[in-house]
Amino acid sequence: MGLRYLLGRLAVMIPVFIVVVTVVFFMIRFAPGGPFDSEKQVPPDILKNLNAKYHLDEPLVQQYLRYWGDLSRFDLGPSFKYANRTVNEIIAESLPVSAELGLISLVWALLIGVTAGGLAALKPNSMFDYIPMSFSILGICLPTFVIGPLFVLVFAVWAGWLPVGGWNTWQDRILPSLTLGFAYAAYISRLTRGGLMEIRSQDFIRTARAKGLSEGRVIVKHALRGGLLPVVSYLGPAMAGIISGALVTEQIFNIPGLGRFFIQSAVNRDYTVVMGTSLLYFSLIFVANFLVDIVYVFLDPRVRYE
Amino acid sequence: MEPILELKNYQAHFYTRRGIVKAVDGISFKVHPGETLGIVGESGSGKSVTHLSYLRLLPSPPLRIVGGEVRFKGKNILTLPDRQLRDLRGKSIAMIFQEPMTSLNPYMKIGAQLIEPLLIHTVMNKKDAWKKAIAALERVGIPNAEPAMNRYPHEFSGGMRQRVMIAMALTTDPAVLIADEPTTALDVTVQAQILDLLRDIQKDTGMAVVLITHDLGVVAGLADRVVVMYAGHVFEEGSAEDIFYRSAHPYTLALLKSTPRIDVPQGALPVIPGMPPDLSRLGKGCPFYERCGYHMDVCVTEFPTSHQFGPEHESFCYLERPPQ
Amino acid sequence: MSSEVMTINTTTIAPPIQEDDSAGVSLWKDAYHRLLKNKLATFGGLFILFEVFICIITPWIAPYGFDTQNLELTLAKPSAAHWLGTDTLGRDLFTRLLYGGRISMMVGFLASMVSVIVGVVYGAISGFIGGKLDNFMMRVVDVLFALPFVFLVIILMVFFGRNIFLLFVALGFTQWLTMARIVRGQVISLKEKEFVEAARSLGISNWGIIYRHLIPNTLGPVIVYLTLTVPSVILDEAFLSFLGLGVQAPMASWGTLISNGVEVMEIAPWALLFPAITLSVTLFSLNFLGDGLRDALDPKGAKD
Repeated sequence: MGLRYLLGRLAVMIPVFIVVVTVVFFMIRFAPGGPFDSEKQVPPDILKNLNAKYHLDEPLVQQYLRYWGDLSRFDLGPSFKYANRTVNEIIAESLPVSAELGLISLVWALLIGVTAGGLAALKPNSMFDYIPMSFSILGICLPTFVIGPLFVLVFAVWAGWLPVGGWNTWQDRILPSLTLGFAYAAYISRLTRGGLMEIRSQDFIRTARAKGLSEGRVIVKHALRGGLLPVVSYLGPAMAGIISGALVTEQIFNIPGLGRFFIQSAVNRDYTVVMGTSLLYFSLIFVANFLVDIVYVFLDPRVRYE
Repeated sequence: MEPILELKNYQAHFYTRRGIVKAVDGISFKVHPGETLGIVGESGSGKSVTHLSYLRLLPSPPLRIVGGEVRFKGKNILTLPDRQLRDLRGKSIAMIFQEPMTSLNPYMKIGAQLIEPLLIHTVMNKKDAWKKAIAALERVGIPNAEPAMNRYPHEFSGGMRQRVMIAMALTTDPAVLIADEPTTALDVTVQAQILDLLRDIQKDTGMAVVLITHDLGVVAGLADRVVVMYAGHVFEEGSAEDIFYRSAHPYTLALLKSTPRIDVPQGALPVIPGMPPDLSRLGKGCPFYERCGYHMDVCVTEFPTSHQFGPEHESFCYLERPPQ
Repeated sequence: MSSEVMTINTTTIAPPIQEDDSAGVSLWKDAYHRLLKNKLATFGGLFILFEVFICIITPWIAPYGFDTQNLELTLAKPSAAHWLGTDTLGRDLFTRLLYGGRISMMVGFLASMVSVIVGVVYGAISGFIGGKLDNFMMRVVDVLFALPFVFLVIILMVFFGRNIFLLFVALGFTQWLTMARIVRGQVISLKEKEFVEAARSLGISNWGIIYRHLIPNTLGPVIVYLTLTVPSVILDEAFLSFLGLGVQAPMASWGTLISNGVEVMEIAPWALLFPAITLSVTLFSLNFLGDGLRDALDPKGAKD
């Protein structure tokens, strides 16, 4: 039943994905100043690679289909700047680092966010409410590239407790992931608080109380499920945000992740790396969102019957 | 017969920024086992707040129980520690509400919700509770009760959901069922069904029912005795016959006269002029003063004392004789 | 026993309770008053006005050229000559902050206008036409919502060069989605309202309805979200500039300044702190103002 809902979502995701891939394809081919601009002076060994790889002599349609073929084998082509490296290699080296950073950040975000929001909802208008919620404004308004350096200034430079950058020891993991996760912890804490408070004022909570359930049971068995739905919905955008936030975080903390390579490629105009990585990111985001949708369907029975 | 539920001079106020809202200001009435007591009043009369407050279902600030007693089986429950009140609530005193559409948890199957009171208040295991819940569903007229247990609330219509609510309240065999406007949100035909169901169940179980409503028609069909409330006070209390045929209070009379009837030709419908008073700005006198056709100077000074008009019939008005 | 007909007595001895004198205040006036009561929002609004003013008069008050280098005095601490110190090339940071502000704010407002225009048009069409087209258009929005547009902007920047005009447009395109949703929601709820039916029955054309009824009623939320879009765009631009992909040297926005500041933060923290604080306070102010506007325009009334 929820299947219909999910299929509906897919039905739109897939065309958008196709459009994105097509746009990517045409951008690489035809962008002014792009790699295949006939006026550009391309070093001969790169040119050889490109022609071999992209079959530039073939009709456009065939090239397009080849591109899809490559993609289905997860082949993103050669780097434009480095003659003997492929995009896949570069990604393989740096993705695990970013994935680790992203995951830890997400864990922080959920832990801090749900706890703070939950406490605030339990004791509204108290210190447990005002203090975390004020902090959350900071998290929402301040960009990662302001929070990160500030954290570094305070905890690394002035206090000296944590390292300034790098990705070797476990201490290295702390500041970057906190930085990245902070903004999302802020959102999640607000969503949790809002969701729980709204649920609390719902009629069915009153019914649960009228049945004689203890407050704890009311919250855990009745309020939590509905109250956390906004947080679950938010996970999709949160993951997308973490991915883009990682770009900045890796820069600030000198972390050899995919984000940093992406930026370098963007600055160096390594078109294939840029496009390939973007496609990868987009795919990840689509998949993540779809997974969130599936979880949501499980949690909210009403959606299953739309 | 000893009343199973008795309120004596019960007062509950809301302490808000704009002032103290005297939602319930000194009401007294009795409910006897096996009887249906109808509580009638317009919005703001305090009819719902009364019961919600002593069951501690309202947030406490801003609510404060200011005075009086609420006795269940002779014992004053206002002084009970929370834990013990919770034991009573849902088990011996059950309450159902007006909006069946939103009163059930949309994220849980009704079976899970139905067995909850049993699991908490009794020592039944899940299996037995499940069976009892199914029996309760059948009692309230839900077809295919067993598979229904695994359905979600949104799969049922409004009337069916209200039946589920009633079933849920019944599972623990409560001594008193407080029904707060149980039919207001339902179609007229469904209303009648639900009321019949309540009457039926009452006959079987001997449970007392407190039926809160603004609709005199609902009360007429079902209630043995009636209490009329206004602005946090009781204006009149008596048997259903007393109230309908021998009412002694100007407010009750006005209510009756303003109820449309299809059996008697009518001209313009008489209306009670004015608006209900602001409960944060009540004086010491009768709150109905401004809208009352019979008001006298003495009415402003102090709330009327009780006048007996029959063995069970009491009215709170300074009028010596019932108005016509 | 005389039978009296119940007399409906309308004269009263005690005066009736006076309610607050609410003689129909217009939505805007009411909103304005409520906004003023919200101190944070008012402060935010005033601060923004102040900043805009400063931006306008920058050329007249900046003590140095934004590009004037002084290699004798690099990374100097704040002093009388250089209120906020200097950067690695000896450029006065106060001046850079002022000019950076101009760019950040300009990009912010202009890009937001782009997003408003696109969003309003898209949302209005989707909402007004309704039906399957609306369904489809909104599904597309749903999916696009998930994509971090920053990537698309980066891609555009990489492929088409670092044109500041392109930057406006690209950034504007990253924000139209929310606006579209809101406008569509408004249009849909308004479409069904009775006063539209009334207007129709009086013979007013569809366009007439759009101009005189739908648009004025949509203005409120549009303004609110415009105020909330600006900080998002400023943030996106700062993000890009921080990474070196936004505004290009020698021009600098706050993002660039922060990026420069990060590089030297261990030895010259003021170079980081001043632009960071300025950016943050600006973002706060805009957000508070936007939140305040949203609360003020919400017809559902006071919170407590």
